[in-house]
Amino acid sequence: MSAPRSLFGTDSPLSPNDMMSRAEAQAFLERIVKLSKADTIGVQLNGGYTGNIRFAANRISTSGGVSNSQLVVQSGYGPKHAVVTTSDFSAAGVERAVRQSEAIAKLAPDDPENMPLLPPQQYGDVDAWFDSTANLTPADRAAAARTAIDAARAAGDLAAAGFIVAGTNYNAIASNTGMYAYFPSTSANYQLTVRTSDGTGSGWAAADHPDWRQIDFKAVSDRAIQKARASRNPVAVEPGRYTVILEPQAVGDLVQLLAFSLDARSADEGRSAFAKQGGGTKIGEKIVDSKVTLFSDPADAQLLGQPWNGEGLPLGREVWIENGVLKQLNYSRFWAQKKNARPNGGLGSVKMVGGDATTEQMIASTARGILVTRLWYLRQVDPRTVLYTGLTRDGTFLIENGKVTRSVKNLRFNESPLFMLNNLEMIGRADRVAGTESGGNVVFPTLKVRDFNFTSLSDAV
Amino acid sequence: MTTRRDFLKTGAAAGALALGAPALARADSLTRGTSPPSEPPAMDPATKELLTEALNAATMGGAEFADARIGRYRNNFVITREQQIVNVVDTDNLGVGVRVLVKGTWGFGASRDLTKSGVVAATKEALAIAKANALAVADRVRLAPASPTPDGRYVTPHTIDPFTVPIEQKADLLIRANAEAMKVPGVKFVNSNMFFVKEEKNYANTEETFTTQTVIRSWLPFAATAVKPDFSDFQTRTNVIQPMARGYEYLVAAKPVENARQWGEEAAEKLKAKAVDVGRYDLILHPSHLWLTIHESIAHPTELDRAMGYEANYAGTSFLAPPREKLGSFRYGPSMLNIQGDRSQEGGCSTIGWDDDGVKPDEFLIIKEGVVNDYQTTREQAPMLDWWYTSQKRPVRSHGCSHGDNWSSVQFQRMPNVSQLPGTKEQGWDDLIAATDRGIGIVGDGSFSIDQQRYNAQFGGQLFYEIKGGKVVGMLKDVAYQIRTPEFWNALDMIGGRASYEMGASFFDGKGQPAQSNAVSHGCVPSRFRNINVINTGRKA
Repeated sequence: MSAPRSLFGTDSPLSPNDMMSRAEAQAFLERIVKLSKADTIGVQLNGGYTGNIRFAANRISTSGGVSNSQLVVQSGYGPKHAVVTTSDFSAAGVERAVRQSEAIAKLAPDDPENMPLLPPQQYGDVDAWFDSTANLTPADRAAAARTAIDAARAAGDLAAAGFIVAGTNYNAIASNTGMYAYFPSTSANYQLTVRTSDGTGSGWAAADHPDWRQIDFKAVSDRAIQKARASRNPVAVEPGRYTVILEPQAVGDLVQLLAFSLDARSADEGRSAFAKQGGGTKIGEKIVDSKVTLFSDPADAQLLGQPWNGEGLPLGREVWIENGVLKQLNYSRFWAQKKNARPNGGLGSVKMVGGDATTEQMIASTARGILVTRLWYLRQVDPRTVLYTGLTRDGTFLIENGKVTRSVKNLRFNESPLFMLNNLEMIGRADRVAGTESGGNVVFPTLKVRDFNFTSLSDAV
Repeated sequence: MTTRRDFLKTGAAAGALALGAPALARADSLTRGTSPPSEPPAMDPATKELLTEALNAATMGGAEFADARIGRYRNNFVITREQQIVNVVDTDNLGVGVRVLVKGTWGFGASRDLTKSGVVAATKEALAIAKANALAVADRVRLAPASPTPDGRYVTPHTIDPFTVPIEQKADLLIRANAEAMKVPGVKFVNSNMFFVKEEKNYANTEETFTTQTVIRSWLPFAATAVKPDFSDFQTRTNVIQPMARGYEYLVAAKPVENARQWGEEAAEKLKAKAVDVGRYDLILHPSHLWLTIHESIAHPTELDRAMGYEANYAGTSFLAPPREKLGSFRYGPSMLNIQGDRSQEGGCSTIGWDDDGVKPDEFLIIKEGVVNDYQTTREQAPMLDWWYTSQKRPVRSHGCSHGDNWSSVQFQRMPNVSQLPGTKEQGWDDLIAATDRGIGIVGDGSFSIDQQRYNAQFGGQLFYEIKGGKVVGMLKDVAYQIRTPEFWNALDMIGGRASYEMGASFFDGKGQPAQSNAVSHGCVPSRFRNINVINTGRKA
């Protein structure tokens, strides 16, 4: 063990949940900034406590409580810089991190794209802290898990598997240029899969909100159980182009991935779906159906995100696609300076504007189609078109003559969110979704789209 | 083509030469004598005291079993693009995780507070959780027996600790490799990194086991992108060097500077490749590609927790279930298919001395002559298969697959190295091509996706070679193949011999909630699969 001895044998300096208040974090970070012998120093702090409970086969499996914090120190000498992180907040541990980042920065080759640290900024106010979440106990989480376990056990022919995670978090950032930002938040996420004991049905439901009281555990159980029962004994349909009704989770699963492709630099360099043939980018062009508007906004009541990014850049409302037109791409500070554009902080959280169609209306207006609960194992196949593959999962149903008639086997798709959003027919209410593979604050509506490309069948339940 | 096997043959001496004179001196000083150190160091007494403190607190608090892990987890990244440094990052993370079993129910607590009071607080958190959760327990966890290891020590075999190599030396190697790739007409962008892992892990349990282990892993991700001048196409060649549990010498021996031009040429060649015609082809899969297909379609479905439903809410279950109906009877593939689980192959990313249950892992045949023979297990899981082991006159013991990806993560069943055993006939890639009339040879891993029971999968790749009449006739693009796992493995009809064996690996095998990452290797040989469905992914609308 190469742990410094100074860590051992002293009394704990930590609060029980590893949180720091705004003032504590500021004082701590300012002390670290003063230690610096480099031209520049930027420091970040994040930490908190998360408690989780996991269950499967109608019993609790593993669960835990973890308190942790991390300090990130970036030192710079002109165009040279390096980052060191540590979980050791003792005076010696912090000093060591600062000195090490300085030593590595001096040795590092020049970074010609290095940007100066930001001066003090003005940030919007987002309140994402809820005592209802912060004050949870292991017994609260166990009781919540029992809403599903007890219902599945009582049914006799169901197996519940789920995960509840809730906790507190803080992020803080400071620099020798006088910048300081602090953001405390809570989070709670519940995901539940109910399978029928004959192995032919599987249903999934979930909820996510910073406020524990907004998670309706019984409603999630009821929905997962209903989908599990309804999805039993699926039949095969021929793969091909289908009209699909995608629940908000399924839309979020696929469309959130656009965020990874909306980089301005890649488009300017000709290696992006948003590069224009012959040169330039597609900014200002209509790229999807005119009903589509996609934006980021930490202050949105459904998103409640951190109002600054990892560089301390303020995040506000950024519209990426408006009425089908690509309004802007994500400019880093360096690329924005080079291209005379505004750095916009990227897509930390993302929301697609909803409509007023109900799912019932979408089904009623569909002669033949497929209703999809969620998508799974999405991986990019072709970056030139943002083409992804993946499969449906945990509740896939056939629609015939305006009615959901039966459960169908899961299907693999090869589809691009760009193609799909050009085939848009109806938009429903936008909901906060809880289980995308990338996570984060994500709000998407139910969509009805035509010609969704299913390429093969899966026997997986 | 350069292969992993070549790296092993060249060895550390050639590697050190490639570093240049100043580096050579340093490498020499580091490698004087033999490697690794003949006797790994004993556990630090202060760490042992803290672990004991946690175990005592757990026992006092009513735990019938407990274990504690104190670990230091370090990463080092050097990130470059073209002719410049993007960032240099060192991460260092230290803390304790305590797991308790109270009346057959698990609890886990973790903290970075490495004082006596901090360790006891984490233990109390674990006890409180176990007691709160006991309310909903139907049947108790029982653990397969494991013999105590009072003084276990392990260090990954390596010659040069990557954390001792100066940053400018690492950056220089990357920047020179980038420059070579950029010399190729059409190659406009190169991204390359070094990514090193060092885990110093200390484990103790209430059955008198104490182990101290240091794990080192090294990786050099590299991607060259060629762009058509009119922006009508771009193609990337990546995944050229597999991650391994080795030291810095491994990356040097991979000769990134010498090979970068070829990688760049391959990216440029992809721009001119012919789009594949949809249809059925015989596929010859190179180990640099096949490892990922094995990972997804054999290694995951044979995880016992998946088969028993414990991953139903996230990673998924398995088509290979229930075990009672599959063990000893399910034909996965032809009799030439043998799949081994182990955590002992040198260089394997999952290789370790003892697992996070305190168990010394063994080598076990998951698929024996084409038939399912075993699953990956922990101490909690082995008793679920006691009927099978008894019938086979084998002991009911864990295969040593327990792993937590950090001190802050609770341990559970994770993948060992799961590898295809070579065939008895000594043949290789070229022989398989020569024996094939109409097919596609695939090199390198690309896009991958598989359903939650591991039936339906789709794989892309890096380089696709059209084969006609036993010869490579050109390069294809936009290739992906779709499979149903049992049919795919039963379509296997030709495999390479021992000399063609290579390991591929991932640093990021995801599973569990909260999600954890596991590093794992898969050894395999060039293999031919008959009549597989190939799609064209180059859609325009």
